[in-house]
Amino acid sequence: MQLAVWTYEGPPHVGAMRIATAMEGVHYVLHAPQGDTYADLLFTMIERRGKRPPVTYTTFQARDLGKDTASLFQDSARDAIERFRPGALLVGSSCTAELIQDDPAGLAEAMGLSCPVIPLELPSYQRKENWGASETFYQIVRTLADRSVSAGPREGRRARANLLGPAALGFRHRDDLREVRAMLDRLGIDVNCVAPLGASPDDIRSMGRADFNVVLYPEIADEAARWLERTFGQPAVRTVPIGVGATRAFIEEVATLAGVDASAALEDGESRMPWWSRSVDSTYLTGKRVFIFGDATHAVAAARIAREELGFVVCGLGCYNREFAREVRAEAKACGVEALITDDHLEVEAAIADAAPELVLGTQMERHIAKRQGIPCAVISSPVHVQDFPARHSPQMGFEGANVVFDIWVHPLVMGLEEHLLTMFREDFEFSDNAGASHLHGSAPSLGDVVAESAPAEPHSDTLWTADAEQELKKIPFFVRGKARRNTEAFAAENGCARIDLATLYDAKAHYAR
Amino acid sequence: MSAVLPLATPGADCAPVLRERGQREVFCGLTGIVWLHRKMQDAFFLVVGSRTCAHLLQSAAGVMIFAEPRFATAIIEERDLAGMADCHEELDRVVARVLERRPEIRTLFLVGSCPSEVIKLDLANAAQRLGERHSPAVRILNYSGSGIETTFTEGEDACLAALVPEMPVGDPGGEQELLVVGTLPDIVEDQFLRLFAELGISRVGMLPARNARNLPAVGPQTRFLLAQPFLTETARALKDRGARRIDALFPFGAEGTADWLHAAAAAFGIDEMHCNRVCAPGRERAKRAIAHVRERLEGKRISFLPDSQLEIPLARFLSTELGMVPVEVGTPYLHREHCARELALLPEGTRISEGQHVDRQLDRVRADKPDLTVCGLGLANPLEAEGLSTKWAIELVFSPIHGFEQAGDLAELFARPLRRRDVLRV
Repeated sequence: MQLAVWTYEGPPHVGAMRIATAMEGVHYVLHAPQGDTYADLLFTMIERRGKRPPVTYTTFQARDLGKDTASLFQDSARDAIERFRPGALLVGSSCTAELIQDDPAGLAEAMGLSCPVIPLELPSYQRKENWGASETFYQIVRTLADRSVSAGPREGRRARANLLGPAALGFRHRDDLREVRAMLDRLGIDVNCVAPLGASPDDIRSMGRADFNVVLYPEIADEAARWLERTFGQPAVRTVPIGVGATRAFIEEVATLAGVDASAALEDGESRMPWWSRSVDSTYLTGKRVFIFGDATHAVAAARIAREELGFVVCGLGCYNREFAREVRAEAKACGVEALITDDHLEVEAAIADAAPELVLGTQMERHIAKRQGIPCAVISSPVHVQDFPARHSPQMGFEGANVVFDIWVHPLVMGLEEHLLTMFREDFEFSDNAGASHLHGSAPSLGDVVAESAPAEPHSDTLWTADAEQELKKIPFFVRGKARRNTEAFAAENGCARIDLATLYDAKAHYAR
Repeated sequence: MSAVLPLATPGADCAPVLRERGQREVFCGLTGIVWLHRKMQDAFFLVVGSRTCAHLLQSAAGVMIFAEPRFATAIIEERDLAGMADCHEELDRVVARVLERRPEIRTLFLVGSCPSEVIKLDLANAAQRLGERHSPAVRILNYSGSGIETTFTEGEDACLAALVPEMPVGDPGGEQELLVVGTLPDIVEDQFLRLFAELGISRVGMLPARNARNLPAVGPQTRFLLAQPFLTETARALKDRGARRIDALFPFGAEGTADWLHAAAAAFGIDEMHCNRVCAPGRERAKRAIAHVRERLEGKRISFLPDSQLEIPLARFLSTELGMVPVEVGTPYLHREHCARELALLPEGTRISEGQHVDRQLDRVRADKPDLTVCGLGLANPLEAEGLSTKWAIELVFSPIHGFEQAGDLAELFARPLRRRDVLRV
């Protein structure tokens, strides 16, 4: 058993729901106990959809268990087909139904239903939401795509691409899609099919007409893209266009595959991020220590932007989805840090406290860890809450996405600097105020407190520090104070200093200044 | 001033209740943890379930999950199911870790879920075993909040019923004591305690108590008042210990609250004139607070989809005090005895439904076209998109709505969506 207060991902059937809800004309009959309909409100509330997800739940209760839950499933499937008349039916189990082993696949097959049935085997006790979405999408494509359809010769026509990955409840999928469509349009490439978002079973059937695939979210679409590659010989673009550099690489890759000139898309006059980042106002961003955590795709993209486009230093990098850990490990190596692959938020919290960053880029969960530790934070990845499904156009992808990223990431830092200046002023003015700097972060404890709290095994640093060194430490801007404290203590331990006085503090500073 | 509402109204109780089976768009009982852990400050709720259970709790608890909540999920994994790990040993390990992290916890609830019930994990046994190990520092109890057994607020019922055997034995020959049953917001609880004191009922216990370790005594000297309509099992457990229920309307609105207090006063032999005097100021304030909302709601038609079992008492309040017209009142479970007087006050022709077939029920809502539909969050936005005004039901469980001083707020909860609809020009 695993103790969890927070899970980064839901169960795999929620991933399947994300695919069904994204598509048109697909219905999902989910064998599940009463109460599992809570998942509907992820879509109706967080994503604010004005339609119920196309999901029929059997919602069995204890009294049904003694009887025939299998026929309950069949009745639900029959009702769903009659009422919703879908072009394809997904059938599967939630975690509890998996235990009672009614075999929705076999049951649905035995019914001889009038529409294509796609059975889903989603092992709830091993796998999670993203895997569920990926598997569901793969099964849909594999079942429905018409193998007799092909792209045919290219002469005299524009290249065609499938855009794969955008789904319901995806972080900024709606706006990313608009950006990528616009890029392809500038390049003179047609979009054959976007899937799963907005795709009907007929759209899936004609996927073979595309010359190549664009995998926007590997967590969801990589599996399906590999099958399409094998079956239709469609190559896949796997560069995810998040960040200016990645967007340029993406455009060039797509242009090469399509045999078109990339320059039209590369010269995007709306791309302001590079100049914003070069302008002197951004100089103070250089070397800011940033901790990054999220799904692998967004975490890796964020690390590259941080290093190459904003001049940050990545002091921590990780992801919660083990399936894509390899990419994160490679990027972490390039950043000179150890990748953190975990779905335990307590480990992430400890790692953040340990790294003492000046900015945290993460999920909704890291936002609250950062709040507790008094560190500025921006959200870069699912899971996210309702405020990260905004009304305004807010892509992460493409040049406009890079503009958005610049604003969103720098915003909390500017605020942090303002607060820092205020604190320094107050400290000078009042002089006797040794209450510490980060108290302007509402009720958040200072970084030092959190570090001490989260590492009870270590002796409390106060016993090490002389009063004047402690006092001097408090004069260091709060957002680097945690790091200064750690460095000084590490330096003292290394050099066998029993006490940390002013000299030790400045010796350590000189030592780490290299 | 009449103390109680007339009983002679044509009884909706006699009307047939539409019983439906099918897809139920409701929460499971685990959701009760979201408010129970706030009420009982020394208690921790450990759900033994799947990732779905953890996901439900964090979806339902929203932002609160980050404030180091006193609940968590022990997620069953493949190796637990395959018998590669002894579930009980695993549970012992997780419980030890929880108690290590939260040494201030005095009561730990092991909460059963659908997966733990289906694999027949014996949590009662585990609670007893662990209870012995961690006694006397921590008391370990168990109940089921699974969807297969409980619907939304029934999770509170199951939790409180698990507390009843832990309540100390009162003095059977002693003075009569009052027990108020059901989680109430602290401010509402304080208001009621003041009113009972003014009435002259001094020995009043609350279940749940703010500290799960300070449970009130129970015995034949106990008379209990239900503050919530969903406490079937708890009432039964209290009766088994000799306590007797005081029949009353539920304390919603001026009249419901007055009736509830009067019933208690009568059971304690308190002079009716005195009771009228004590209730009068609050009752008048409540009526004044309701009056301005009444203009907006009078004559408006309202339907309830099943959610919390609060539907019948709330429909009664909206009908008798605000002049609304209940069209369909759906409830996940109807306790006829506890709701008998509520049912009797609903207007004739009100369609009462128990259980749910959500698609058919939505067909009825579309055909009825009520001015306001009370429903869960999974249905609210989709119905709004179809042009039907809604009031999302969960807010009724998460807001102070009982008693005189909250009657205006309760009415306002129903008026607000309609006012908003009228105000918006987009």
